[in-house]
Amino acid sequence: METFNQTPSQTVGPFFAYSLTAKQYGYNYNSIITDSLVNDSIEGERIFITGKIFDGENKVIPDAIIELVQYFESENQDVTSKIARVGTGTSEDGSFIFTTVKPKPIKGQAPFISVVIMMRGSLHHLHTRIYFADETEKNKEDLLLNSIPEDRRNSLIANRLQKNNQIFYEFNIRMQGENETIFFKI
Amino acid sequence: MESTQAPFLYPEYKSTIFRSPTQPLMIVKDHLKDLTLPVFGESHIQKFDNDLTKNAQINGEPIGERIKVFGKLMDENGRGIPNALIEIWQANSAGRYIHKAEIHDAPLDPNFLGAGRLLTDNQGLYQFYTIKPGAYPWGNHFNAWRPNHIHFSIMGHQIEHRLITQMYFPGDPLFEYDPIYQSVPQHARHLMVSKFSIDKTDPEFALAYEFNIVLNGKLKSNFE
Ligand SMILES: [Fe+2]
Repeated sequence: METFNQTPSQTVGPFFAYSLTAKQYGYNYNSIITDSLVNDSIEGERIFITGKIFDGENKVIPDAIIELVQYFESENQDVTSKIARVGTGTSEDGSFIFTTVKPKPIKGQAPFISVVIMMRGSLHHLHTRIYFADETEKNKEDLLLNSIPEDRRNSLIANRLQKNNQIFYEFNIRMQGENETIFFKI
Repeated sequence: MESTQAPFLYPEYKSTIFRSPTQPLMIVKDHLKDLTLPVFGESHIQKFDNDLTKNAQINGEPIGERIKVFGKLMDENGRGIPNALIEIWQANSAGRYIHKAEIHDAPLDPNFLGAGRLLTDNQGLYQFYTIKPGAYPWGNHFNAWRPNHIHFSIMGHQIEHRLITQMYFPGDPLFEYDPIYQSVPQHARHLMVSKFSIDKTDPEFALAYEFNIVLNGKLKSNFE
Protein backbone atom coordinates (compact mmCIF):
# COMPACT_ATOMS: atom_id res chain seq x y z
CA MET A 1 0.00 0.00 0.00
CA GLU A 2 1.30 3.46 -0.88
CA THR A 3 2.32 5.54 2.11
CA PHE A 4 1.77 9.26 2.17
CA ASN A 5 4.09 11.67 3.96
CA GLN A 6 2.68 13.21 7.11
CA THR A 7 2.00 16.92 6.83
CA PRO A 8 4.53 18.83 8.96
CA SER A 9 3.31 20.43 12.17
CA GLN A 10 3.70 24.20 12.60
CA THR A 11 3.22 26.45 15.58
CA VAL A 12 -0.27 27.63 16.55
CA GLY A 13 1.28 31.11 16.74
CA PRO A 14 0.15 33.98 18.96
CA PHE A 15 -3.03 34.93 17.09
CA PHE A 16 -5.33 31.92 17.42
CA ALA A 17 -7.81 33.36 19.88
CA TYR A 18 -10.47 34.84 17.58
CA SER A 19 -10.90 31.43 15.98
CA LEU A 20 -10.11 28.73 18.54
CA THR A 21 -11.26 30.51 21.72
CA ALA A 22 -13.34 33.40 20.38
CA LYS A 23 -15.92 33.48 23.14
CA GLN A 24 -13.40 33.39 25.98
CA TYR A 25 -11.44 36.30 24.47
CA GLY A 26 -14.54 38.31 23.56
CA TYR A 27 -14.37 38.13 19.77
CA ASN A 28 -17.47 38.32 17.65
CA TYR A 29 -17.47 34.63 16.67
CA ASN A 30 -19.06 31.63 18.34
CA SER A 31 -17.16 28.83 20.06
CA ILE A 32 -18.09 25.18 19.73
CA ILE A 33 -15.49 24.14 22.30
CA THR A 34 -15.66 25.88 25.68
CA ASP A 35 -13.97 25.77 29.09
CA SER A 36 -16.34 23.06 30.34
CA LEU A 37 -16.16 19.28 29.97
CA VAL A 38 -19.63 18.78 31.36
CA ASN A 39 -23.15 19.71 30.40
CA ASP A 40 -26.37 19.52 32.38
CA SER A 41 -26.85 15.85 31.55
CA ILE A 42 -23.67 14.88 33.39
CA GLU A 43 -24.19 14.40 37.10
CA GLY A 44 -21.68 14.78 39.84
CA GLU A 45 -19.94 17.39 41.91
CA ARG A 46 -18.27 20.07 39.81
CA ILE A 47 -14.52 20.44 40.14
CA PHE A 48 -12.17 22.99 38.64
CA ILE A 49 -8.86 22.20 36.97
CA THR A 50 -6.53 25.15 37.22
CA GLY A 51 -2.85 25.92 36.70
CA LYS A 52 -0.23 27.83 34.78
CA ILE A 53 2.33 27.02 32.12
CA PHE A 54 5.93 27.99 32.80
CA ASP A 55 8.70 28.45 30.26
CA GLY A 56 12.38 27.60 30.69
CA GLU A 57 13.00 30.90 32.48
CA ASN A 58 10.20 30.12 34.91
CA LYS A 59 7.99 32.82 33.41
CA VAL A 60 4.27 32.23 33.09
CA ILE A 61 3.25 31.74 29.45
CA PRO A 62 0.31 34.06 28.67
CA ASP A 63 -0.37 33.02 25.06
CA ALA A 64 -0.74 29.26 25.18
CA ILE A 65 -3.85 27.21 24.56
CA ILE A 66 -4.79 24.04 26.39
CA GLU A 67 -7.27 21.36 25.51
CA LEU A 68 -8.56 18.73 27.89
CA VAL A 69 -10.18 15.51 26.72
CA GLN A 70 -12.12 13.49 29.26
CA TYR A 71 -13.66 10.04 28.82
CA PHE A 72 -17.02 8.93 30.11
CA GLU A 73 -18.03 5.29 30.30
CA SER A 74 -21.69 4.41 30.01
CA GLU A 75 -23.36 1.47 31.78
CA ASN A 76 -22.83 -0.74 28.73
CA GLN A 77 -19.15 0.25 28.74
CA ASP A 78 -19.25 2.50 25.70
CA VAL A 79 -16.61 5.17 26.11
CA THR A 80 -17.38 8.63 24.82
CA SER A 81 -15.20 11.71 25.09
CA LYS A 82 -15.66 15.40 25.64
CA ILE A 83 -13.25 18.20 24.86
CA ALA A 84 -12.72 21.62 26.42
CA ARG A 85 -10.33 24.41 25.48
CA VAL A 86 -8.93 27.48 27.23
CA GLY A 87 -6.30 30.06 26.32
CA THR A 88 -4.02 31.47 29.01
CA GLY A 89 -4.44 35.07 27.86
CA THR A 90 -7.54 36.29 29.67
CA SER A 91 -6.70 35.93 33.36
CA GLU A 92 -4.43 38.44 35.06
CA ASP A 93 -1.93 35.84 36.24
CA GLY A 94 -1.90 33.68 33.11
CA SER A 95 -3.74 30.80 34.75
CA PHE A 96 -6.26 28.56 33.04
CA ILE A 97 -9.40 27.15 34.60
CA PHE A 98 -11.70 24.37 33.42
CA THR A 99 -14.94 23.00 34.85
CA THR A 100 -15.64 19.29 34.97
CA VAL A 101 -16.44 16.35 37.24
CA LYS A 102 -13.82 14.05 38.64
CA PRO A 103 -13.20 11.35 35.99
CA LYS A 104 -13.94 7.70 36.76
CA PRO A 105 -11.43 5.01 35.89
CA ILE A 106 -11.82 3.58 32.38
CA LYS A 107 -10.17 0.49 30.88
CA GLY A 108 -8.46 -0.35 34.14
CA GLN A 109 -6.46 2.87 34.25
CA ALA A 110 -6.32 5.35 37.11
CA PRO A 111 -8.65 8.33 36.55
CA PHE A 112 -7.05 10.81 34.18
CA ILE A 113 -7.74 13.62 31.74
CA SER A 114 -5.80 13.94 28.48
CA VAL A 115 -4.11 17.28 27.85
CA VAL A 116 -2.95 18.94 24.63
CA ILE A 117 -0.81 22.08 24.84
CA MET A 118 -0.10 24.50 22.00
CA MET A 119 1.71 27.82 21.95
CA ARG A 120 3.81 30.29 20.03
CA GLY A 121 7.34 28.93 20.19
CA SER A 122 6.24 25.31 20.09
CA LEU A 123 6.40 23.79 16.62
CA HIS A 124 4.30 20.84 17.80
CA HIS A 125 1.30 20.36 20.01
CA LEU A 126 2.24 18.42 23.12
CA HIS A 127 0.39 15.60 24.88
CA THR A 128 0.34 14.94 28.58
CA ARG A 129 -2.13 13.71 31.21
CA ILE A 130 -3.59 14.89 34.48
CA TYR A 131 -3.83 12.32 37.28
CA PHE A 132 -5.31 13.07 40.69
CA ALA A 133 -3.34 13.21 43.93
CA ASP A 134 -6.22 11.80 45.98
CA GLU A 135 -6.31 8.59 43.92
CA THR A 136 -3.21 7.18 45.59
CA GLU A 137 -4.20 3.51 45.34
CA LYS A 138 -5.26 3.57 41.69
CA ASN A 139 -2.27 5.70 40.73
CA LYS A 140 0.02 3.15 42.34
CA GLU A 141 -1.34 0.42 40.06
CA ASP A 142 -1.54 2.46 36.88
CA LEU A 143 0.53 1.02 34.03
CA LEU A 144 1.28 4.34 32.39
CA LEU A 145 2.28 6.10 35.61
CA ASN A 146 4.43 3.15 36.55
CA SER A 147 6.29 3.31 33.27
CA ILE A 148 7.46 6.84 34.11
CA PRO A 149 10.66 7.26 36.17
CA GLU A 150 9.56 7.89 39.75
CA ASP A 151 11.20 11.29 40.04
CA ARG A 152 9.18 12.63 37.10
CA ARG A 153 5.82 11.01 37.88
CA ASN A 154 4.77 13.93 40.06
CA SER A 155 4.69 16.24 37.06
CA LEU A 156 1.42 14.52 36.07
CA ILE A 157 -0.32 14.62 39.43
CA ALA A 158 -2.77 17.43 40.20
CA ASN A 159 -3.08 18.46 43.83
CA ARG A 160 -6.45 18.90 45.42
CA LEU A 161 -7.24 22.27 47.00
CA GLN A 162 -10.41 23.46 48.62
CA LYS A 163 -11.39 27.14 48.38
CA ASN A 164 -14.77 28.58 49.42
CA ASN A 165 -16.32 25.11 49.41
CA GLN A 166 -15.20 24.51 45.85
CA ILE A 167 -12.79 21.81 44.78
CA PHE A 168 -9.81 22.74 42.66
CA TYR A 169 -7.13 20.51 41.25
CA GLU A 170 -3.95 22.38 40.52
CA PHE A 171 -1.97 21.21 37.51
CA ASN A 172 1.04 23.30 36.51
CA ILE A 173 2.89 22.60 33.29
CA ARG A 174 6.63 23.18 33.02
CA MET A 175 8.09 23.25 29.54
CA GLN A 176 11.66 22.89 30.75
CA GLY A 177 13.81 22.64 33.85
CA GLU A 178 14.09 20.46 36.87
CA ASN A 179 10.41 19.58 37.04
CA GLU A 180 9.80 19.46 33.31
CA THR A 181 6.40 17.96 32.59
CA ILE A 182 6.38 14.54 30.96
CA PHE A 183 5.14 14.82 27.40
CA PHE A 184 4.02 11.79 25.42
CA LYS A 185 4.79 10.63 21.95
CA ILE A 186 1.39 9.76 20.51
CA MET B 1 10.73 6.70 6.20
CA GLU B 2 12.49 9.99 6.94
CA SER B 3 10.64 12.25 9.36
CA THR B 4 8.78 15.15 7.82
CA GLN B 5 8.59 16.97 11.16
CA ALA B 6 10.49 19.93 12.60
CA PRO B 7 12.59 19.46 15.75
CA PHE B 8 11.23 20.89 19.01
CA LEU B 9 14.17 23.23 19.43
CA TYR B 10 14.93 25.32 16.38
CA PRO B 11 17.02 28.24 17.70
CA GLU B 12 16.53 30.41 14.57
CA TYR B 13 12.88 30.55 15.70
CA LYS B 14 13.77 32.22 18.97
CA SER B 15 10.68 31.43 21.01
CA THR B 16 11.46 27.72 20.80
CA ILE B 17 14.49 28.23 23.05
CA PHE B 18 12.56 28.46 26.33
CA ARG B 19 9.34 26.83 25.19
CA SER B 20 10.39 23.44 23.87
CA PRO B 21 10.77 20.30 25.95
CA THR B 22 14.37 19.31 26.65
CA GLN B 23 13.60 15.70 27.61
CA PRO B 24 12.69 13.08 25.02
CA LEU B 25 8.96 12.42 24.66
CA MET B 26 7.75 9.32 26.44
CA ILE B 27 6.44 6.58 24.22
CA VAL B 28 2.98 5.41 25.23
CA LYS B 29 1.93 1.84 24.52
CA ASP B 30 -0.82 1.52 21.97
CA HIS B 31 -3.41 -0.02 24.25
CA LEU B 32 -3.03 2.86 26.71
CA LYS B 33 -3.48 5.57 24.13
CA ASP B 34 -6.28 3.91 22.23
CA LEU B 35 -8.59 6.82 22.82
CA THR B 36 -11.09 8.62 20.70
CA LEU B 37 -11.82 12.30 20.26
CA PRO B 38 -15.36 13.67 20.36
CA VAL B 39 -17.43 13.66 17.20
CA PHE B 40 -18.67 16.94 15.81
CA GLY B 41 -21.74 17.23 13.63
CA GLU B 42 -23.40 19.62 11.24
CA SER B 43 -25.18 21.22 14.19
CA HIS B 44 -21.84 22.71 15.24
CA ILE B 45 -21.34 24.45 11.92
CA GLN B 46 -23.07 27.68 10.92
CA LYS B 47 -24.08 28.58 7.37
CA PHE B 48 -21.05 30.74 6.48
CA ASP B 49 -18.42 29.09 8.67
CA ASN B 50 -16.74 27.77 5.51
CA ASP B 51 -16.85 31.13 3.74
CA LEU B 52 -14.63 33.75 5.36
CA THR B 53 -15.60 36.24 2.65
CA LYS B 54 -19.15 36.18 4.03
CA ASN B 55 -19.05 35.24 7.71
CA ALA B 56 -18.15 38.69 9.03
CA GLN B 57 -19.70 41.09 6.56
CA ILE B 58 -20.99 44.32 8.10
CA ASN B 59 -21.40 46.80 5.28
CA GLY B 60 -19.91 45.14 2.23
CA GLU B 61 -17.47 42.59 0.91
CA PRO B 62 -14.01 42.17 2.41
CA ILE B 63 -11.16 43.69 0.38
CA GLY B 64 -8.64 41.43 -1.31
CA GLU B 65 -8.23 38.51 -3.63
CA ARG B 66 -11.00 35.96 -3.19
CA ILE B 67 -9.69 32.37 -3.21
CA LYS B 68 -10.97 28.84 -2.75
CA VAL B 69 -8.95 26.37 -0.69
CA PHE B 70 -9.77 22.67 -1.07
CA GLY B 71 -8.20 19.30 -0.45
CA LYS B 72 -8.39 15.89 1.13
CA LEU B 73 -7.72 15.00 4.74
CA MET B 74 -6.26 11.50 4.88
CA ASP B 75 -4.35 8.94 6.88
CA GLU B 76 -0.90 7.67 5.93
CA ASN B 77 -2.46 5.15 3.54
CA GLY B 78 -4.31 7.88 1.71
CA ARG B 79 -7.70 6.93 3.09
CA GLY B 80 -9.94 9.96 3.54
CA ILE B 81 -10.84 10.93 7.11
CA PRO B 82 -14.51 11.83 7.13
CA ASN B 83 -16.30 14.20 9.50
CA ALA B 84 -13.13 15.72 10.99
CA LEU B 85 -13.19 19.23 12.40
CA ILE B 86 -10.97 21.77 10.60
CA GLU B 87 -10.63 25.19 12.19
CA ILE B 88 -8.88 27.98 10.30
CA TRP B 89 -7.60 31.48 11.03
CA GLN B 90 -5.53 33.99 9.11
CA ALA B 91 -4.56 37.62 8.55
CA ASN B 92 -6.57 39.81 6.20
CA SER B 93 -5.35 40.83 2.75
CA ALA B 94 -3.25 43.63 4.27
CA GLY B 95 -1.44 41.20 6.57
CA ARG B 96 -3.31 42.29 9.68
CA TYR B 97 -4.78 39.92 12.26
CA ILE B 98 -7.86 41.00 14.17
CA HIS B 99 -6.23 39.62 17.33
CA LYS B 100 -5.96 42.26 20.07
CA ALA B 101 -2.27 41.61 20.68
CA GLU B 102 -1.44 42.29 17.03
CA ILE B 103 0.24 45.68 16.55
CA HIS B 104 1.27 45.59 12.87
CA ASP B 105 0.44 48.95 11.32
CA ALA B 106 -1.82 47.69 8.53
CA PRO B 107 -5.55 48.31 8.23
CA LEU B 108 -8.23 46.07 9.68
CA ASP B 109 -11.06 45.18 7.34
CA PRO B 110 -14.48 45.80 8.92
CA ASN B 111 -15.92 43.00 6.79
CA PHE B 112 -13.34 40.34 7.51
CA LEU B 113 -12.73 38.33 10.67
CA GLY B 114 -10.38 35.66 9.35
CA ALA B 115 -11.81 32.72 11.29
CA GLY B 116 -13.82 29.75 10.08
CA ARG B 117 -14.48 26.06 10.57
CA LEU B 118 -15.83 23.08 8.68
CA LEU B 119 -16.20 19.32 8.72
CA THR B 120 -14.67 17.07 6.09
CA ASP B 121 -17.24 15.17 4.01
CA ASN B 122 -17.65 11.39 3.89
CA GLN B 123 -14.60 11.10 1.57
CA GLY B 124 -12.43 13.33 3.74
CA LEU B 125 -12.75 16.24 1.31
CA TYR B 126 -13.08 19.86 2.36
CA GLN B 127 -13.36 23.29 0.78
CA PHE B 128 -13.69 26.88 1.93
CA TYR B 129 -13.62 30.37 0.48
CA THR B 130 -11.53 33.17 1.90
CA ILE B 131 -9.45 36.24 1.05
CA LYS B 132 -5.79 35.59 0.30
CA PRO B 133 -3.88 36.60 3.45
CA GLY B 134 -1.09 39.19 3.27
CA ALA B 135 2.44 38.85 4.62
CA TYR B 136 3.16 40.45 7.99
CA PRO B 137 6.23 41.44 10.00
CA TRP B 138 7.12 39.86 13.34
CA GLY B 139 9.73 40.38 16.00
CA ASN B 140 11.87 37.27 15.67
CA HIS B 141 14.83 39.11 14.10
CA PHE B 142 15.51 42.31 12.17
CA ASN B 143 13.23 42.65 9.14
CA ALA B 144 11.43 39.35 9.83
CA TRP B 145 8.30 38.70 7.75
CA ARG B 146 5.98 35.72 7.67
CA PRO B 147 5.11 34.33 4.23
CA ASN B 148 1.41 34.39 3.38
CA HIS B 149 -0.25 31.55 5.27
CA ILE B 150 -3.48 30.17 6.66
CA HIS B 151 -3.47 28.45 10.07
CA PHE B 152 -5.16 25.06 10.33
CA SER B 153 -6.21 23.09 13.41
CA ILE B 154 -7.39 19.60 12.57
CA MET B 155 -9.16 17.17 14.85
CA GLY B 156 -9.89 13.67 13.62
CA HIS B 157 -11.40 10.87 15.66
CA GLN B 158 -8.34 9.41 17.39
CA ILE B 159 -5.98 11.16 19.74
CA GLU B 160 -3.12 10.86 17.21
CA HIS B 161 -5.28 12.50 14.55
CA ARG B 162 -4.58 16.00 15.79
CA LEU B 163 -2.55 18.46 13.75
CA ILE B 164 -1.82 22.16 13.96
CA THR B 165 -0.18 23.48 10.83
CA GLN B 166 0.06 26.36 8.38
CA MET B 167 -0.73 26.30 4.68
CA TYR B 168 1.50 28.38 2.42
CA PHE B 169 1.16 29.60 -1.16
CA PRO B 170 3.38 28.46 -4.04
CA GLY B 171 6.50 30.41 -4.88
CA ASP B 172 6.51 32.75 -1.88
CA PRO B 173 9.79 34.74 -1.86
CA LEU B 174 9.72 34.82 1.95
CA PHE B 175 10.16 31.04 2.39
CA GLU B 176 13.93 31.25 2.50
CA TYR B 177 13.86 33.90 5.25
CA ASP B 178 11.18 32.38 7.51
CA PRO B 179 12.48 30.20 10.36
CA ILE B 180 9.04 28.72 11.06
CA TYR B 181 8.83 27.39 7.51
CA GLN B 182 12.53 26.50 7.52
CA SER B 183 12.24 24.53 10.78
CA VAL B 184 10.77 21.65 8.75
CA PRO B 185 13.30 19.35 7.01
CA GLN B 186 13.93 20.58 3.49
CA HIS B 187 12.54 17.48 1.79
CA ALA B 188 9.19 17.94 3.54
CA ARG B 189 8.59 21.69 3.20
CA HIS B 190 6.62 21.29 -0.01
CA LEU B 191 4.01 19.34 1.99
CA MET B 192 2.95 22.66 3.59
CA VAL B 193 2.67 24.51 0.30
CA SER B 194 -0.68 24.50 -1.50
CA LYS B 195 -0.84 23.97 -5.26
CA PHE B 196 -2.60 26.32 -7.62
CA SER B 197 -5.36 24.52 -9.54
CA ILE B 198 -6.73 25.98 -12.76
CA ASP B 199 -9.23 23.09 -12.95
CA LYS B 200 -10.86 23.92 -9.64
CA THR B 201 -10.65 27.69 -10.14
CA ASP B 202 -14.13 29.23 -10.31
CA PRO B 203 -14.22 31.17 -13.61
CA GLU B 204 -14.65 34.89 -13.03
CA PHE B 205 -14.84 34.34 -9.27
CA ALA B 206 -11.94 32.80 -7.32
CA LEU B 207 -8.54 31.17 -7.85
CA ALA B 208 -8.31 27.69 -6.29
CA TYR B 209 -5.50 26.26 -4.16
CA GLU B 210 -5.25 22.57 -3.28
CA PHE B 211 -3.94 21.57 0.14
CA ASN B 212 -4.00 17.88 0.99
CA ILE B 213 -3.36 17.00 4.61
CA VAL B 214 -1.92 13.71 5.88
CA LEU B 215 -2.33 12.92 9.57
CA ASN B 216 -0.14 10.77 11.78
CA GLY B 217 -0.94 7.05 11.77
CA LYS B 218 -3.61 4.96 10.20
CA LEU B 219 -7.34 5.21 10.42
CA LYS B 220 -8.74 2.62 12.85
CA SER B 221 -11.08 0.11 11.29
CA ASN B 222 -14.29 1.39 12.89
CA PHE B 223 -14.01 4.52 10.77
CA GLU B 224 -13.44 2.69 7.49
FE1 LIG C 1 0.13 33.59 11.35
